[in-house]
Amino acid sequence: MVLPEHLLHLTGGQRVLDIAAENVRDLVLELEERHPGLRAALGRAAVAIDGQIFQDAFLEAIGPDSEVFFLPRIEGG
Amino acid sequence: MAEAVDYKAIGTSPVRPDGVDKVTGRAQYGADLNLPGQIYGKVLRSPHAHARILKIDTSRALALPGVYGVITGQDFPEAEGGEIGGEGGGDVSDLAKNIMARDKVLYHGHAVAAVAAKSLSVAQAALDAISVEYEVLAPVLDLESAMAPGATLIDPSCFTKNLPEKPTAPSNIAAVMKLGRGNVEEGFAQADVIVEGEYRIPMAHQGYIEPHACIASCNEQGQATVWCCTQGHFEFRAMTAKVLRMHIADLKFIASEIGGGFGGKTVIYLEPLAVMLSRKSRRPVKMAMTREEVFRATGPTSGTLARIRVGARKDGTLTAATAWLAYEAGAYAGAPMGPGAMTVFAPYILPNFAVEAFDVLLNKPKVAAYRAPGAPQSMYAMECAMDELAERLGMDPIDLRLKNAAEEGTQAPYGPKFPAIGLKACLNAAKAHPNYTRPLPAGAGRGMAVGFWFNVGMQSSAEVHINEDGTVTIVEGSPDIGGSRASMALMASETLGIPYERIKVIIGDTESAGFSNVTGGSRTTFATGMAVIRACEDIIAQCKSRAASTWGIDADQVDWRDGAAIPAPGVNAALKPLALADIAAGAPKTGGPLLGRASLNAQGAGAGFSVNLADIRVDPETGKVDVLSFTAIQDAGKAIHPAYVEGQMQGGAVQGLGWALNEEYIYDANGVMQNAGFLDYRMPVASDLPMIDTVIVEVPNPTHPYGVRGVGETPIVAPLATAANAVSRATGVRMRDLPLSPPRVLEALEAAGR
Repeated sequence: MVLPEHLLHLTGGQRVLDIAAENVRDLVLELEERHPGLRAALGRAAVAIDGQIFQDAFLEAIGPDSEVFFLPRIEGG
Repeated sequence: MAEAVDYKAIGTSPVRPDGVDKVTGRAQYGADLNLPGQIYGKVLRSPHAHARILKIDTSRALALPGVYGVITGQDFPEAEGGEIGGEGGGDVSDLAKNIMARDKVLYHGHAVAAVAAKSLSVAQAALDAISVEYEVLAPVLDLESAMAPGATLIDPSCFTKNLPEKPTAPSNIAAVMKLGRGNVEEGFAQADVIVEGEYRIPMAHQGYIEPHACIASCNEQGQATVWCCTQGHFEFRAMTAKVLRMHIADLKFIASEIGGGFGGKTVIYLEPLAVMLSRKSRRPVKMAMTREEVFRATGPTSGTLARIRVGARKDGTLTAATAWLAYEAGAYAGAPMGPGAMTVFAPYILPNFAVEAFDVLLNKPKVAAYRAPGAPQSMYAMECAMDELAERLGMDPIDLRLKNAAEEGTQAPYGPKFPAIGLKACLNAAKAHPNYTRPLPAGAGRGMAVGFWFNVGMQSSAEVHINEDGTVTIVEGSPDIGGSRASMALMASETLGIPYERIKVIIGDTESAGFSNVTGGSRTTFATGMAVIRACEDIIAQCKSRAASTWGIDADQVDWRDGAAIPAPGVNAALKPLALADIAAGAPKTGGPLLGRASLNAQGAGAGFSVNLADIRVDPETGKVDVLSFTAIQDAGKAIHPAYVEGQMQGGAVQGLGWALNEEYIYDANGVMQNAGFLDYRMPVASDLPMIDTVIVEVPNPTHPYGVRGVGETPIVAPLATAANAVSRATGVRMRDLPLSPPRVLEALEAAGR
C-alpha cells in the first residue's frame, strides 16, 4: 500500500508498505499499530483498491496482491 | 455489467417529466413559496473587505415598528470545530463564521447582522438603523501578496497544514499538497524540448440564474421546517443542525426546484439565519438574496496562479513535468487545490513529475464548489503548455496527446492505476471529426484540449412504490438539476420492463425519503440511479414471489421479462404471464402493498475524460473574440438519456467558454467587487456562441449495472484551454492569462508587437 506525501513524516519517510490485510478496516488497524497517529491522520481519506476509488471504505476486501492507495477525499460540484 | 445490450428505454430521449411545469412557470423555485403570516429577512453586509468588529448597536432597528427580530454573531452558539462531513468536508466553525461574522469581517459583503420585519422595506429600514463600528484593516487581495513573508494575516491562528511539522509562525497559506513520482531533474535532462509558463485564471462565479432563497418556520418546541433551493437538502439539514447546535431530527428540509447550482448550492448561507429569525419572531421568515448579494457573498471558485514546466523528447514522449499551483480560498480555508493537483497531469503517462499546490486565504468570499472543482484551473495551464509543446515539436496536438495518453492500467498521477477509461477513444473521435479536418476559416485559429474529472459515488436511497394499477412512484432524495428524474425513470423502465410514462419520480423531503448526499460530484445518475435499479430489482424479486404464490410454484421457478412474471423454462408453460399491473391488483391477497427499497454507498464511479475542439477568430483591431465552432467530445460510459448528456456537455462548454473569454471578479484597491451584476459580469448568452456540437463516446463503467459514468462536471474542464489555444494559434501570440476579453487580447497583441 502507498501513503500520500504529507503523511510520510509519520512513517519515517516510508511511502510504500507491504501489509497483509483482508479489508480496509484491518489495514488501517495494522497501520495504526505500526505507526501510531496514522489512523487519525488518514481521517476521511479516500482509498483506491486496484484502481477503484472508495470514498468511505471500511469492509472492502483487499486481495493478497492488491495495490492500495490512500488519497485525498474527492469533492465535486 | 451490461455491454452492447439492445436496451429498450436506456439511450432514448423522452421529454423530462418536470419540463412542462418549468417552462409554464408552474414549478416552485426557492422564492416561490409563501406561508400565511410570513415576514421577511434581510442581511446587513460588511462595507469593508477586512475589519475588526468593535461594536454592533441594533437597538434603533429593534425599536422600529414592524421589526420582529434582529440577530448578530453574538446570537449564535459558539462555533463548533470539526469537519462538516458530507461530500466535500470543510470546517464547521468556518462555515458558521462565514454565515455570520463574529469578531472580524473577512470580505466585502460578509454578513454582520440580519433582521426580520413585516415587509422588505421595513427590513431595509431596520438594516439602515443598525450601527456597526469597525476597525478597518488592510485587505489582502492577490495571491502573491497573501503568500509573501510578512503578509497581513487573515487569520492569525492559521498554521499551514500538511507539512511534516507545524510551522513556527502563522501565514495565509492554509494548506499545501505535494504529489510526485520519479526523478524530475533526470526527466528534464532527457528532454529535447522544454516549455514553461505562468498562467492566471480569474475568480469566477457559478452564475446560476436562481439566487439563494429559503423560508423557515419554527414551532414552539424549537423544531423547524425549511423550504429552500439546494443541491442537497439532507446535507443542508446537517450543516444547519451543526451551526445551530440542533438535533437533526428537529429540522425538516424540503428542496424546491432549483434554478442552477453547479456546486454553489452545496453550502448553506441563509438557512440558519431564517431559522433563528423565525425562532425569535415566532413567524415564518422568508429570505432571498439579490443578484448583488449572490456575487459578493456566495461561493465563487478560486482564482489561480499556475506555473507549469513540461519536457518531451523529439518524438513527443513526455519525460518530466512540474506544476506549482496556488488557489484562492477566499476568507476561509478550503480551496480545491487537492483535486487541482491530482488532475493536472491525469491524462498522461508521466514517469517523472512533481506537483505543489497551495490553499491561500485572502479577503474575498469563501470559495464554494464549482463543477469539477480545481480541475479547470490546473488543467488549463497544462493543456496550454501541451499545445505550446506540440507547436515547438511540429506535432499535431491530438497526436501529441495520443502518444502520451493514459489508458487502462496506467498509474494515475494521484496514485492508483486507471480501470477502463475513454481518453484514447475521445482523442480518436476528435481526430476523426469533420470539425477538426475541414479548412480553417480566414483569421481563425483551431484549438483543442483534454478534460478530466474523477466523479464520485457516495450515499443514495430510493423507494419504488407499485401503485394499485401497476404504475410506479419512485421516491428519492437527489434534487433534480440536470434531468435526473428522467434518467431515474429510464433506468427503472429498463429494469422493470414497463413504459417510461408509467413511472413518476419525486424528490422526497428529509422526512419522507432515505438519506442522500448532494446532487454534486456528477454522482446522481450513477449513484442514485444505482439505488433506483437495486430498488427495482427488489420489486422484481417480490413480484416473482407473489407470482409463485399465485401459481402455487416456487419463486425460483419464476422469471421476469418485459414487465411480467413468467414461468421459468421447463415450468408449466400453460401459466399466463402476470404483468406488474396484475400482480399489483392481486397484492392485497398475496402479502399487501409492493414497496422496493435500496440504500447504498455507491463505489467505483468511473472517471470521465473529454476532448474539445474550437475554431476562434480574433479581430486584431478590437481584440474581440468570436467562437465560430465548438465541439465537445466526452466519454459518458453509457448515456442513459443522450439529449440530457448532450445538454450537460453543451452547458459545461458554455460555462467554460464564459470563464475563458469574459468572466472575472474585478476588485478595487479596497477589496470591493466592481462588477457584481450580470451587466458587468459578462456571461455568454445564446447569441454569443454557435451551436455546440457534441459527440458522446461510450466506454462503459464496469461498476455500474448499465455502464454509467458521471457527466456533469467533466464538460467544464477543457473549454478554457481549448479557447486559449485557438486564440494563441489565431494570433501567433501565446495567451496565458484569462479571461481573453478584448482589452486583454489587445494588450497581449500590443506587447508582442502585433
